[in-house]
Amino acid sequence: MTVAANDIVAVARADKARGYWSLVGRRLARDRVSTACALVIALIALGAVLAPWLGLADPYQGSMIRRLRPIGTAGYPLGTDELGRDMLTRLIYGGRLSLMIGLTPVALAFVIGTTLGVIAGYLGGLVNQAIMRTVDVFYAFPSVLLAIAISGALGAGIVNSLLSLTIVFIPPIVRVAESVTTSVRTLDFVDAARASGAGPLTIMRVHVLGNVLGPIFVYATSLISVCMILASGLSFLGLGTKPPEPEWGLMLNTLRTAIYLNPWVAALPGAMIFVVSIGFNLLSDGLRSAMDVRS
Amino acid sequence: MSAADTLAPVTDLGGPQQPLLDVRGLSKHFASGRGLFGRGGGVVRAVDAVSFSIGKNEVVGIVGESGCGKSTTARLIIGLIAPDAGEIIFDGEQIGTELSLRDLRRRVQMVFQDSYASLNPRLTVEETIAFGPRVHGLAADAARDRAHGLLRKVGLDPALFADRYPHELSGGQRQRVNIARALALGPRLVILDEAVSALDKSIEAQVLNLLIELKAELDLTYLFISHDLHVVRFISDRVIVMYLGEVVESGPVEALWTDARHPYTRALLAAMPSLDPDRRTEEAPITGDPPNPIDPPAGCRFHTRCPFAEAVCAAEAPTLMSTGTVQHQAACHMIDPASGHSRATALAEEKPDVR
Repeated sequence: MTVAANDIVAVARADKARGYWSLVGRRLARDRVSTACALVIALIALGAVLAPWLGLADPYQGSMIRRLRPIGTAGYPLGTDELGRDMLTRLIYGGRLSLMIGLTPVALAFVIGTTLGVIAGYLGGLVNQAIMRTVDVFYAFPSVLLAIAISGALGAGIVNSLLSLTIVFIPPIVRVAESVTTSVRTLDFVDAARASGAGPLTIMRVHVLGNVLGPIFVYATSLISVCMILASGLSFLGLGTKPPEPEWGLMLNTLRTAIYLNPWVAALPGAMIFVVSIGFNLLSDGLRSAMDVRS
Repeated sequence: MSAADTLAPVTDLGGPQQPLLDVRGLSKHFASGRGLFGRGGGVVRAVDAVSFSIGKNEVVGIVGESGCGKSTTARLIIGLIAPDAGEIIFDGEQIGTELSLRDLRRRVQMVFQDSYASLNPRLTVEETIAFGPRVHGLAADAARDRAHGLLRKVGLDPALFADRYPHELSGGQRQRVNIARALALGPRLVILDEAVSALDKSIEAQVLNLLIELKAELDLTYLFISHDLHVVRFISDRVIVMYLGEVVESGPVEALWTDARHPYTRALLAAMPSLDPDRRTEEAPITGDPPNPIDPPAGCRFHTRCPFAEAVCAAEAPTLMSTGTVQHQAACHMIDPASGHSRATALAEEKPDVR
């Protein structure tokens, strides 16, 4: 009897130690597809971060006599680009900018969009109308066009393209945040919190945020791949990164002229974008099912 | 606001004779099916000119069908929604003028029906109970100690339950946590809105006994809302019967059970399931659904379903009046000899056996 009681205590302690998010983490780790995706993304990200210390060739050093070498050339495992620069080096270095451009706007939009959406959803009424109708204006334009327009208006450059992408991703996140918050707001525990005398800010922070963050986070991770593709598109159009910076979208653009001469090398930056996008998408799918624990 | 180590207790003001809660002419109307420009919709009279009072240390039950305004009344009293008309007076102080809404929170708390939806799934039991006291300025340590003390009071061992999440508890345990949360601010009035209705019968009995113990220990007053007449009879001192947003009868439990005056109350009592096979309900005492509250019937709102309805019932709305017994009131033309209802005088002679 006492043994059983001790067991229960032990279980209760363990519950405290794990909490909700570590439970989600363990469920995610059990999912093979998600684990594989996380590994691939982590590998690419690690390579990007550690690029200067990996003993790679100079990503800017070209050579007119070694242009467009095919994959597998001695000394150039992934060949060379149209200016004779080592593709492997440039792909690894390219991850620095490409991942940064893919993640930063989504992260910023996640913070701003969640704040606006939760406020709109919780307060309702006129505040909701003001925020949501403003957001609706952005839906009048296709997201690609909007990103190009804002980038173009602000002028080319990395910071401006990050800014334009952030603006593009705020409206969809606000919408998701608002709809989740609206459904949470009507639950009894929010009423109970109001009956305790807590103000709207405290209730949003303590009672609403914890219950809406999950679904919004899942949605935001699915936007990372879209963001990377849009960012690549901006670079491709010359609105984002400027040559000779290595960035996958820009590399795809400059190598496009070589597509008939050396299609495999020309397709490599596209393949990187593809792999990372798929990785983030599958990871967000896995996260969605891992978070669906409830009971 | 600086963190305090204790919450100042709520003190009694008017002495034992003053009602703890006095509700006068309380009304709440909801706009329904509003068109795009606010036209073409009706008004739901969820609560219509409801008046009653609750004495100190009393348990008052509110019964009635779904949609009769029981829960709306509860939410009005606790200040979750604002009334359209009427006033609520707590221990002599009028809410909104003499007593601020924030101070009201300390005095009145509520236990909700859905034990799962009323607990935040992301907070531990301890965090849920400590939230209210923290909001009212109690220091984190003191609030935690208070939460542990309350868990012990509702029969849950803090060592086992303080760090659990709601989904790790059974329905009965969750409702005990809800009760502990309601008590965390040291209220004097606790509104129990169908608080035991969703529980298994055996668990329901345990929780009811817990409520009775807590009432004696903490000097509480309950407003007990339920559709289960057995439970209401067991726990209440006085009962209020509501129909379509109005009080149709109120009185001490025994008076109501033995001498119900309103045909609706009698129908409710007759519809009570019984364990005695000789007292089986053979046919439905009243038929049909309650009328649409958007467009309630004129006169007495019950006349469309009342077996004794006469012309006067459709023409004039009866007012609550004394039945002759102490504290027992009903709103029916049949108890008013001056109303002109043919049974009014006959019934008066037949007393005390109403049927």
